[in-house]
Amino acid sequence: MAKPKTELAESTPALADELARLEEIVRKLEADDVELDAALLLFEEGIARLRAARERLIAAEVKVQAVLEEAGGDLRLTDLDA
Amino acid sequence: MTLSLRFDTPSAADQVWSVGRLNTAIKGLIEGNFPPIWVRGEVLQCKVWSSGHWYFTLREGRSQVRCSMFRLNASRAGKPPADGTEVYVLAKPGLYEEKGEFQLIVSRMLPTSAVGQKQQELERVKALLQQDGLFDPVRKRPVPPYVSTIAVVTSPDGAALKDVATVTRKRWPCARILLVGARVQGEGAVEDLVRALRLVNRIPGLDLCIVGRGGGARQDLAAFNSEAVCRALSNVRVPTISAVGHEIDISLTDLVADHRAATPSAAAELAVANRRDVLRLVDDLSVRLASGLTGRTRLAAARLARSADRLNGGMEWVLDSRRNLTERLAAQLDALSPLRVLGRGYAVPMDDAGRVLKRRADFIKDAGFRLRVADGDVRARVE
Repeated sequence: MAKPKTELAESTPALADELARLEEIVRKLEADDVELDAALLLFEEGIARLRAARERLIAAEVKVQAVLEEAGGDLRLTDLDA
Repeated sequence: MTLSLRFDTPSAADQVWSVGRLNTAIKGLIEGNFPPIWVRGEVLQCKVWSSGHWYFTLREGRSQVRCSMFRLNASRAGKPPADGTEVYVLAKPGLYEEKGEFQLIVSRMLPTSAVGQKQQELERVKALLQQDGLFDPVRKRPVPPYVSTIAVVTSPDGAALKDVATVTRKRWPCARILLVGARVQGEGAVEDLVRALRLVNRIPGLDLCIVGRGGGARQDLAAFNSEAVCRALSNVRVPTISAVGHEIDISLTDLVADHRAATPSAAAELAVANRRDVLRLVDDLSVRLASGLTGRTRLAAARLARSADRLNGGMEWVLDSRRNLTERLAAQLDALSPLRVLGRGYAVPMDDAGRVLKRRADFIKDAGFRLRVADGDVRARVE
């Protein structure tokens, strides 16, 4: 059975977005105009994002798949050993 | 005039070169200084040895050079050329050390006539694409910094996919590689590549597209010079890298794509960041995050201290102003005090009980009373 097309999309946010947000958090913390409460919240968010980014970088394994077009025009993926 | 000739006798054995040393040195000089180059000439006496190697002479006017083409390369070149065939050869100059013979080691050979026709077609397509702005530098998009999903348009059977996967595995294991298979040479290659490039646009969440193949003979790369493939490539909605052939070949897809890489491995190097560098960046961000918070806390503490100072200062001001007011009020009270009136010479009559005698009726004949003056009481009597 054909898999739905949405499975082709990555569900997690792009690493680029994670790192961009981290950069933004650090810049805000480095500026003087953020209140202490807000700074603590930013710090907590930053720690969580750092941990997620690190885990993502360390644990990952390259996935190689082939994109196939079915007769009806739907796209489906199959895993490859490459 | 006589020419004086001096033949120095060799003074030490180490100043005399052996033939072998000379040949090795010359070989090093030649081979170290020439990249592979295209040379044009006429083939003479092409001999095919039983090993499959070709040996021939390349001549142009009065100049000639010996050439060797080894079995694997010779087998790709088709039939041995007849005497007088004009060809282009891709070769590296070298020295056959044993004989001290200068020669070209040929890796490719193309008859100039075939190149002529293909070249004309290539130039025609190139001019059309250029006219439509497909090579325009302003169209070039940068490679995203941290790609997640890469589409690779290539042959499922070729080495290109494996090469991309190998490099990606080493540098950026968090990527996902999606093969969009297409024949890359021979019949149907153009149609396959166009279909695959259109399919790329239907993949959601894609960051980058690599289109290419491993190296091949020039005629095998023809699909990458096709107008249809170039136009399909220019319509890919994510940044593209063309990786066709190797260093020597440049195809039209190389000019149309946002980036060109010499090989699929080089394309992967260009496509993905190095995990080590990004982990270093993450470490740096974590240090900055920590020091950012520390700095922010220190700032808050300093502000708090400043506020406390201001509070103390405020209290003192309040106390001072209250003190001033009290003194002012005390002065006013003093001015209103009856004692001050007495000071001006007035006296207040009071009976013994201390009641002030204000009217004539308060005074009873022969009764004693007190007069309060500025510095005390005086006894008095009514007459």
